[in-house]
Amino acid sequence: MGLLSDPNRRKAITTARILILNMILVLHGDSVVCYLAGIAWFMGLAFEPFTLRTYMSENAMGSTMVEERFPSGERALATAREFAAHKKKVGGMPVDWLVKTMRAQGLEVFTQSFSRNLPFPDESKERFVVRGTNVYGILRAPRAPRTEALVLSAPCSPGNSNNQAVGLLLGLAQYFRSQIYWAKDIIFLVNEHDLIGVQAWLEGYHHTNITGMGYTPLQGRAGSIQAALSLELNSDVVTSLDLVLEGLNGQLPNLDLANLFHAFCQKLGILCTIQGKLQRSDWDTVEGYTHSAQTMLLMVLKQASGRPWGEHGLFLRYHIEAASIRGVNSFRQYKTDATSIGRLFEGMVRKLNNLLERLHQSYFFYLMPSLTRFVSIGYYMPAFGLLTTILLLRALDLWVHLGTPTPVTEDGVGEGESPSSPGLLSVLTPVVISHLTGVALYTLPVLSQEMAVEHFPVSETEAVVLTAIAIYTAGLALPHNTHRLISGEGTEQGWRVLKLVALLYLAVLLGCTALINFSLGFILAVTLVPAAACVTPHVPKALSAVAMVLLSPGCTILYCVFLFQELQEVPVSLAEGWMLFLSVISQGILDHALYGSLVYPLLALLVYPCWLLFWNILFWK
Amino acid sequence: MAALSRKWDPLFVLVLGSLVFSCKGDVLKTSNDRTESISATKIEESSPQAADLGDLRQSDEAESNEDRKAFTPPPPNDQFQEEMVIRPLYSGDIYASFQFRTQWDTDFLHDGKKAVSHYRLFPKSLGQVLSKFSVRELHISFTQGYWRTMQWGQPFIPSPPGAELWVWFHHTVTDVDGNWKELTNVLSGIFCASLNFIDSTNTVEPSASFKPLGLGNATDHRFLRYATLPREIVCTENLTPWKKLLPCGSKAGLAVLMKSEKLFHSSFHSQAVHIRPVCKDWQCTSTAWELRQTLNVVFDLYTSGQGKKEWSLFKMFSRTLTEACPLASSSKIYVDVTDNPGGELFDLSPSSPLISTAVVLGDRRTYSVYDLTKKETFGQLRSLNLLLRWKGESDDMLRPPLHAERYVSGFGLQKGEIHTCLYNSHPYRAYPVLLLDSLPWYLRLYVHTLTVTSKTRENKPSYIHYQPSKDRLRPHLLEMLVQLPPHSVTEVTVQFERALLKWTEYTPDPNHGFYIGSSVISALVPSIVAMDTNSTRDRPLFSSFFPTKEESSYFMRVYTEPLLVNLPTPDFSMPYNVICLTCTVVAVGYGSFYNLLTRTFQVDEPSAPLAKRLANIIRRLRGVPLL
Repeated sequence: MGLLSDPNRRKAITTARILILNMILVLHGDSVVCYLAGIAWFMGLAFEPFTLRTYMSENAMGSTMVEERFPSGERALATAREFAAHKKKVGGMPVDWLVKTMRAQGLEVFTQSFSRNLPFPDESKERFVVRGTNVYGILRAPRAPRTEALVLSAPCSPGNSNNQAVGLLLGLAQYFRSQIYWAKDIIFLVNEHDLIGVQAWLEGYHHTNITGMGYTPLQGRAGSIQAALSLELNSDVVTSLDLVLEGLNGQLPNLDLANLFHAFCQKLGILCTIQGKLQRSDWDTVEGYTHSAQTMLLMVLKQASGRPWGEHGLFLRYHIEAASIRGVNSFRQYKTDATSIGRLFEGMVRKLNNLLERLHQSYFFYLMPSLTRFVSIGYYMPAFGLLTTILLLRALDLWVHLGTPTPVTEDGVGEGESPSSPGLLSVLTPVVISHLTGVALYTLPVLSQEMAVEHFPVSETEAVVLTAIAIYTAGLALPHNTHRLISGEGTEQGWRVLKLVALLYLAVLLGCTALINFSLGFILAVTLVPAAACVTPHVPKALSAVAMVLLSPGCTILYCVFLFQELQEVPVSLAEGWMLFLSVISQGILDHALYGSLVYPLLALLVYPCWLLFWNILFWK
Repeated sequence: MAALSRKWDPLFVLVLGSLVFSCKGDVLKTSNDRTESISATKIEESSPQAADLGDLRQSDEAESNEDRKAFTPPPPNDQFQEEMVIRPLYSGDIYASFQFRTQWDTDFLHDGKKAVSHYRLFPKSLGQVLSKFSVRELHISFTQGYWRTMQWGQPFIPSPPGAELWVWFHHTVTDVDGNWKELTNVLSGIFCASLNFIDSTNTVEPSASFKPLGLGNATDHRFLRYATLPREIVCTENLTPWKKLLPCGSKAGLAVLMKSEKLFHSSFHSQAVHIRPVCKDWQCTSTAWELRQTLNVVFDLYTSGQGKKEWSLFKMFSRTLTEACPLASSSKIYVDVTDNPGGELFDLSPSSPLISTAVVLGDRRTYSVYDLTKKETFGQLRSLNLLLRWKGESDDMLRPPLHAERYVSGFGLQKGEIHTCLYNSHPYRAYPVLLLDSLPWYLRLYVHTLTVTSKTRENKPSYIHYQPSKDRLRPHLLEMLVQLPPHSVTEVTVQFERALLKWTEYTPDPNHGFYIGSSVISALVPSIVAMDTNSTRDRPLFSSFFPTKEESSYFMRVYTEPLLVNLPTPDFSMPYNVICLTCTVVAVGYGSFYNLLTRTFQVDEPSAPLAKRLANIIRRLRGVPLL
């Protein structure tokens, strides 16, 4: 109580303040140390001794082993061939055949048709107006009151892909139907138009409409879905199975799902990978470390993109733990047949069936340098914390500098209210203008595509992407114009206040992003923090301008594209990389429109304006 | 509303009663001495499991001993009937429904205890409960699984998943809530079920949906209590006490088929006890008590039948029948052969010459009847093993005129919306239904968001009875009368917010979710027989112009599926971590710090005072430890 009133204490506080001031002066040079420490910490996460081994947390799935008896892999492949023939005949999803087959297996079969107009044509998948039908069959668990369900899904993809997945799905359905031990209903979903179909089905199932999808209401339901597995299989035999975890907005399923997959791969002797990379045992060599670092970086890049990397990704929004399992057929000697894959699924579904509660025991926030190792949130957050500390220290530094001169000149009375009022306007104007630019970047590309197509010889998709890039670049010219709106000169005090605001803004922004999607937050922090920390109007203009542009969010995406290709061992040339970059942007905008991915609005409405503030500071007059 | 319920009362009795009313007195007489021995042991066996009834039982036994001394066989005023209906379902599954009916011409409520001291066929444990708690009507059901109306059609007696209990108390009862609480605890003991979890937070007093099924037209719903436990799991331990209530137990008669490993290897299992006062005779001069025990089970084509459409008693129950219950006045098996008039759909062997026709659930059904009291039914092998073998594919089932489904929409853990869809499949008739919803208090209903829409137009309910919840005391009760347009889907939606419970109020498995009981839809549904206007069937023309009264509509109750709702759940390992951490900090850090702060330090004096030195010299001499 007496803490502030006591004159002695006040003196102590002043001393403390001076101490902090000195400390900041010392720390000034330590920003670099902080930055390097953050990066080093992050890279250290891939080093095996620093990470934890995965372990099954959920009791219901841990100790109770199940016996896998799925016998009919060959028959499943025959069904797959039949499905392929019907698919070819119909020229799309063979709805009638699927309904008939599933009904003959004793499932309750329902269909759902949906339609979706894309905001602009999707060139990578060549679609604009999407119409399709989902077929799903429900296996009702005996003596269960329709309260819980599991989902097994397989996409009906165009061309010759994924036929085996549908075949295996139907084979599993037939086998599961004659078993008595089910406690949860099992939904077998064959969806058309991959993610759009899944999105329509999920929205129909939960009776929501987030993305403006047109669909017919579902006729059959099975209570709350506890977990989902998505199956992608392109060949009769596979060499390995790849686990895909990254979902919409960087959401991940509970780690126990990954553990479950790994446990069954071990049990059945199936090679399993994550990010397409096998596990290595030589962690103490440089190659071993690089391998796990690559795996982890791939996961970070995929998570940061915020898009669903498999059909499972859309389930996560509804609090359904889900993962995609993808069969890979490479030129290895070791092959696994459909029966083994069927057994793997049987085992996983049976264990999920044993669940008493939703998967909640294990981690939801993690990175995986390999399938047996994980980095939990407690281990990776310090890396991000170290980067944000720089912003906070800089902000503290500015605040102290802004605060101290006033008491010296005016004897500590009436603490400088007069200089702050012009400051407010000079700060507010750039903030508002850069956010308006952000709004333009968010809305105009899709809105103005028709106009662009009329006037320029480009396709709609190109029009959208190029408009986005044009607005992005036009934003760089703003500082020269904002000053016309501000009456009078920008003061020294002015840019400090603006930078203080911008630093805090960036820190909060990155902090919030990292809590939801660590990878995105971290990648943005790696490029934005140095620019934000160093920029002042007093540095050499041209050089810093180039550095700033290179560290802007747009360029970050470009680097990520190249890095991703490099890590996937399909390096691209500059021109190809640029084309990829353009398609990544269009995909980002589409993901936002179709599935509600938040990365594009986050970048356009918040991160880019924030970066513009620093750009403003650089050109402060 | 009263009119609605009263209208179907006699109908119900007629429909189900007509199947069992044929009385066989001769069987009862021949087995009279056996009856005595069995009922005597029955009295010994049926010890009431609740402690409350201890004193009651002792006095009863004393009285019954007195009765036995001066025993002259009175004309039996009770009778027992058993029957089973087998209905092959369109899905290839098979539905078996048992009904055991004990009727006793006595009155538990008026004549005092003396009149009901001697029990013969009626189970004593239930009789004592009836008289002690002044129960007028009691309906209890235990169900494992959900009745799939769209695949299986309508059940004979519907029941919601889990346990359901509804009781009408006599109008002289003053403390209904007290009686209800005790009754649930006693029943919990009798049926080995968790009925003791019924308390004020899941009990409601429906104003219109549950009317007495027996005599008397009490309409004051203050004497009615209704509760469901959707999470109740039904298993062998519930079946055994249920079987013990039967006069023959599971020793003879139809009940020998009830082997629990087969009954619980099925898609649906439901057992129930219904007690109600009925008319003693056709003139209804006095009342009798009727105990009706029902058991419904559906065997799955794929898991029990190995995918072959071929059913037999042995395949279903792994037993065959050899005799009727000797105490039963009638014992029959009915097999539904309506869709198989010429035997082209399936073979039924052994075939039965007896055919019975009845209007069941609004449809005229034909049954092959097997009378177990007759020797020739069992044939030369002296065992009856009914065999149904399919020859052709059955066509699609007629859509049941009314069915319903319910689900929670939305995502996230803050809000949600309950959708109840009511399907009226009747091609041209609209009819009203009563919807009863009882929701626990931790779903905070936004009643202003209640909407009823059919065919995209608002459908205003003509009657709404809503009782808001009280936190931790009382559930929501929502009853309404909705008119369902023909061939339509009516959707009732209401939004809710998920409450954050106190941390001790969560169940041990909070991440499983919380169960919300089924909503109940009661309706007078226009019958299928009356729907049949283009008279393709061979009926006299003069019989088909006006639909007859009892066929024009029939009562039907539909239960929706229960819901599993996730509430915002804290991480329960967190308090544990916090407790551990704070305890450590307090014990080690704060403790030592506090010790340091409060300890008074004293400088040790280098030289002791004179007296102490002297004392020490003396002590040393004595060999005693120094001071």
